[in-house]
Order: sequence, then C-alpha cells, then structure tokens
Amino acid sequence: MTSRRRLGAVLLAVPLAALAAACGSAEKSATETKLVAPVRTTTTSSTVPLPLGRPSRIVSLSPTVTETLFAIGAGDQVVAVDSFSNYPPEAPVTDLSAYEPNIEAIAKYQPDLVFTDGTNPDLESQLNKLGIAVFAAKAPKNLEQVYQQVEQIGAATGNIAQAGAVSLTMQDEINAILRTYTRPTDGKIVYYYELDNTFYSASSKTFAGAVFNALGMINIADEVDTKQTAGYPQLTPEFIVSKNPDVIFLADTKCCQQSAATVKARPGWESIRAVRENRIVELDDDIAMRWGPRVVELVRTVVAGLTGITPDPDKIFE
Amino acid sequence: MFGAALAALALAVIVGVIAGTSGIAPGRVLLEVIDRLTPWRIDSGLDPRERNIVWQLRMPRVVLAGLVGAMLSLAGASYQGVFRNPLVDPYLLGAAAGAGLGATIAISYLRSSRENWAVDPIVGLGFVGAIIAVVATYLVGAAGGARTSTSLVLAGVAVTAFATAFQTFLQRQDDETRREVFSWILGRLNTATWGDVRLVVPYIAVSTVVLLMYRRQLDVLRVGEDEAGALGVQVARTRLWVVAAATLGTAAAVSVSGLISFVGIIVPHTVRLLGGASFRRVLPLSLLVGAAFLIATDTFARTASGGDNIPIGVVTAFFGAPFFIVLMRTRAVAR
Repeated sequence: MTSRRRLGAVLLAVPLAALAAACGSAEKSATETKLVAPVRTTTTSSTVPLPLGRPSRIVSLSPTVTETLFAIGAGDQVVAVDSFSNYPPEAPVTDLSAYEPNIEAIAKYQPDLVFTDGTNPDLESQLNKLGIAVFAAKAPKNLEQVYQQVEQIGAATGNIAQAGAVSLTMQDEINAILRTYTRPTDGKIVYYYELDNTFYSASSKTFAGAVFNALGMINIADEVDTKQTAGYPQLTPEFIVSKNPDVIFLADTKCCQQSAATVKARPGWESIRAVRENRIVELDDDIAMRWGPRVVELVRTVVAGLTGITPDPDKIFE
Repeated sequence: MFGAALAALALAVIVGVIAGTSGIAPGRVLLEVIDRLTPWRIDSGLDPRERNIVWQLRMPRVVLAGLVGAMLSLAGASYQGVFRNPLVDPYLLGAAAGAGLGATIAISYLRSSRENWAVDPIVGLGFVGAIIAVVATYLVGAAGGARTSTSLVLAGVAVTAFATAFQTFLQRQDDETRREVFSWILGRLNTATWGDVRLVVPYIAVSTVVLLMYRRQLDVLRVGEDEAGALGVQVARTRLWVVAAATLGTAAAVSVSGLISFVGIIVPHTVRLLGGASFRRVLPLSLLVGAAFLIATDTFARTASGGDNIPIGVVTAFFGAPFFIVLMRTRAVAR
C-alpha cells in the first residue's frame, strides 16, 4: 500500500506542483511572529538574513505576494514577478517560474529579496547559496495567518505602516461580511470545492478551506484527504454524488471553463442537492487560490453564495 | 483459454459494477441490472440517486475502461507483430504525442468556444492529432527510403519528440492551461460518460475487425519480412492496414481516456506466455484480457482509497509489473 501511494505521489508530483504553485500547500504555519521589523525569515531555513531597511530590487515568485506587495505600496520596489502573477496589471510580469525555476534568470535581476510561496525548498537554498535573501510566504491555515502575513511582508519590505493599515482594513471588511452570515443552528452546510474538471478538490486543510472553516462548513474532501493527497485529493464522481453536497464552489472557471451550466450538464450530477437547487457558486480561480488582499472578495462571493441555503435534514454529522 | 478469458472479463464487469464507495448493497445493484437489461421486472429498491450512480457513473466507466483496455492491448499486440519487436507499444508511431499536442492546441486556443462544438474539441483534436502524427511518421519513414520497419520506428521516435516539444512550447505560452493539460495527460477515466463510450465505439469496432482479419498474415510475418514475402504475404500492404487500423483505435482510446501506459505491452505478453505465440490466439485473447485488466485496475483505482481516485497508470503498473515478473519466472522454470 505504502509504495503504491508513494508511486502515486511521484506521478502526482507534476500536476500537483502546478497546483501547489498556484495554491501553496498548507504544510507549516507561515507566521510565528508579531510585528517586529526588520525580521529574519521566520518561515524557512533561509541562511541569508533579510536586508535591513527598504529592499529596492524585489523579485516575487508568488502571485499572492505580488498582490500583497502592490497593495501595501511596495510596488515601486519590485523589479520582476513570476509568470503566474497576473494581478495587479502594473506588476512587471516576466517568464520567471517558481516551480520550473531558472536560478540564473532570477539572479540576473540582482534581487536583494526574493519572495516564494515556500513549496520548493530547493529553490530557496539555491538562492541562498548565491547570497540572495528569501522570504517564503507559505499558505496560511486560517484568516488570522492571512492578516499576519500581510504585516510580515510589510515588515520585510519596510512598509510597516501601510501593511498594517491594509491588514486592518481586510480584517474589518471580512469580519463585517462574516457578521452578515447567520450560521444554521440545525446542522452544517456541506460543500464540494472543485479545482479542475477531473475533480481534483481542496480539503479544509488548505488555504481555501480556511475561509469555509470560518463559516462552520463541512468539506466532503476531508473524508478522503490523507498525508499522501496532502490537501488535494482527486475525488471520484461517485463519491461526490453520494456525499450529496448542499453547495458547490467552482475554482476552475478560468483554467477549465467550468460553470454552473457545465456542472448541470454532467450526467448523474442532477442527483446532487446543490445541482438540483442551483447552488453552484462560480469563483475566480485566481482569487480563490491566493491569500492576498483580495481574500476579501473571495469571502464576499462565498457568503453571497450561501444566502438561503439550509442544511440538508437527511444528513447527520457528528 | 478463451473460456478463462471470457470468465475473467465477466467477473471484472460484475465486480466493477457492484463495487463502489457509496455503500449501495451489491445484491441490489445486481437486481437493478437484471431489471433493466433482461425481460424480468424486479424491484431493486434503489433510490433515484443510487440508480444514477449505477447507470450514469459506474456503468459507463466500466464499459469505457473495457473498451480502452481492449483496444490498447489489441493495438499493442498488432504493432508488436507487424514490427516484429516485443517492446513496441501502441504509442510507438507518435499517436500519444500527437494526441497530446492536439489536446493542448484545443485547450489553448478553443477554450472559449467550447460549447459551440458538437464534440468536445479536446477529444476531437486529440483524435485528429494522433492520426496526423502517425501519418507524418509514415511519410517520414517512407521518405527515408528503407522498406523495413526500422525506418518507420525511427520516424516515430522523431515525430514523437517533435510533437512533445511543440506541446511543451505551447504550454509555456499560456500558464493558465497547464492544469487542464496535466489532467488530460494523467488519464480521464474519472470523468467517463456514455457520451465518451458512444464516441469511441465505432472507431474501436472498425479497428478491431480489421486487426482480427490480419491475424494470419501477422503469424506468417513472424518468420521475417523477406520470408513472409516469399510465402505470398504482401508485407507493405499488411503493415499499412495493420498500422492504420491500430492507429485509428488507439487515437480514439487516447482521445477520451488520456495516456494509459503499460496495458498495451503487458497484456499481449501475458497472453503470449499463457496461450502461445500464434497471433490467431494472441489478438482475440489480448482483446478480452485487456478489457478485463483495465476494468479491474480501474475498479481498484476508484475504490481502494475511498473516494480518492488513484491515477490509473499507477495501478496498472503496480499490479501488472509484479504479475508479469512472476509469470516470466514460472514459465522460464517450466521450460
């Protein structure tokens, strides 16, 4: 069994690397410190200390960090961002890649600080060897860590005040949205979160799960998520239909052109409560997979999608 | 031997239909199948959702796995015969790489217009890509001048390399498509529908009939191309028809199921070790055993880990390889 799954892990490594580049894996806590600047990297084994003061040649290999950097006013310190960083539009996109990294190409920008999403430790140690400081901004496990990471990035780039303000605004807005949602008292809402049209899913242990956890919802993928699937199991359609989720969230509207209409057209899926009652929420893939300032928009879309949904009386949990 | 193969296939189908993760009683599933497929009317007691699971999710997946397994095994055995090379698989002449390129083009350029197509362009262009790649291989091989199959095999290597390189290049142009391309390459039995089955059945049927018709010529070819020619077999023509038919079926299988490796090599050899080397036996037996093998491995893939789908290539290799090694050893001892 073990070696089969290990084999599986190897074969899965390719697509999951792609996923991980976009989503990040929620392995270790991203943030352990409060606002203390300038900090050493608290998140990785980076052997090169972060630059003091205001780094002026930042390279971001994480789309999430790119969004955060521009939101906290560090945009003019950024010299290059990776090919997935498509927001904001003014970000200096290059063909640098975090999961097929070309160290020389990164070094050519002579960065004084490189941000990664922490899913590729080899990349960090190689950059360290060239004397380049690395900040690995790993995927957070809950909203608290989302806010903390914004502040940490602020501290590392010398934008403490503005990062603090962004973090506070995010907290205020998200809390306000969460307050508009009344949790059902007679059960829990069950959801399926779709990452692509072959039914890869994200469990509640991933960053995506953090938002739904804050709303007290139950993720059908949790039941089959193991150490090997690492938060991203591929569900069988039989499993999805038999779990009969109350609501479906599509994080594959861009990558795979999925929509409420395409889900309704899938044979056999009409037996799912979410499909029957038209509870299919289309998310923007990018927003759904990044934990930067646009998390606010994600929370807003999710909560709006939950309006009027009641727990399925036929389901019994705990 | 045929009886055993048929029994294995029947067993695989039955287990495939009654096995699942949603806790439907196997006996009820059997009653449901009898109710629907025979004149007897029995109340199986399944609710509508369970009926959907059996008829819309499990059944098409079992049937598609059977068709794809049968086709890949038959094509593999035929290729091995016509190229007189035991290491050949159905993807040898570029079918897989061509299909991958076609699917990538569809994913990259036809994403937004997908609903306007009668057939999913990924499937359509995957199919066309596989055919074009093998035709290119044939033309390049013929241009090479040699009339042996070696030049064809070399041309296949070149076309495969080119198509793969071009696919990688396209993928790098557009990061957003990566996920879908990788999912496609990993295999898509997880999304099997009756629509997929309807799409591939005609091609696989034609391919199967033609390949089985050539089983005697393939037997004669075993003595060598020149010798077979002296014995009255039109070698070049046989090669063309066998390759054309095997390519048609392989292209259809690959376009709906993605790349499922290993089946096309391991099944024909297993059949050969168990039932003798004559293609009159190897071809039909490969068909039956290939279907049974892929149905069984896919049933394992979708049930062994709860609702988590294990990639099919992992399962086929994990069970196929040790079985084959044991078989080779025991046969060697017996001899």
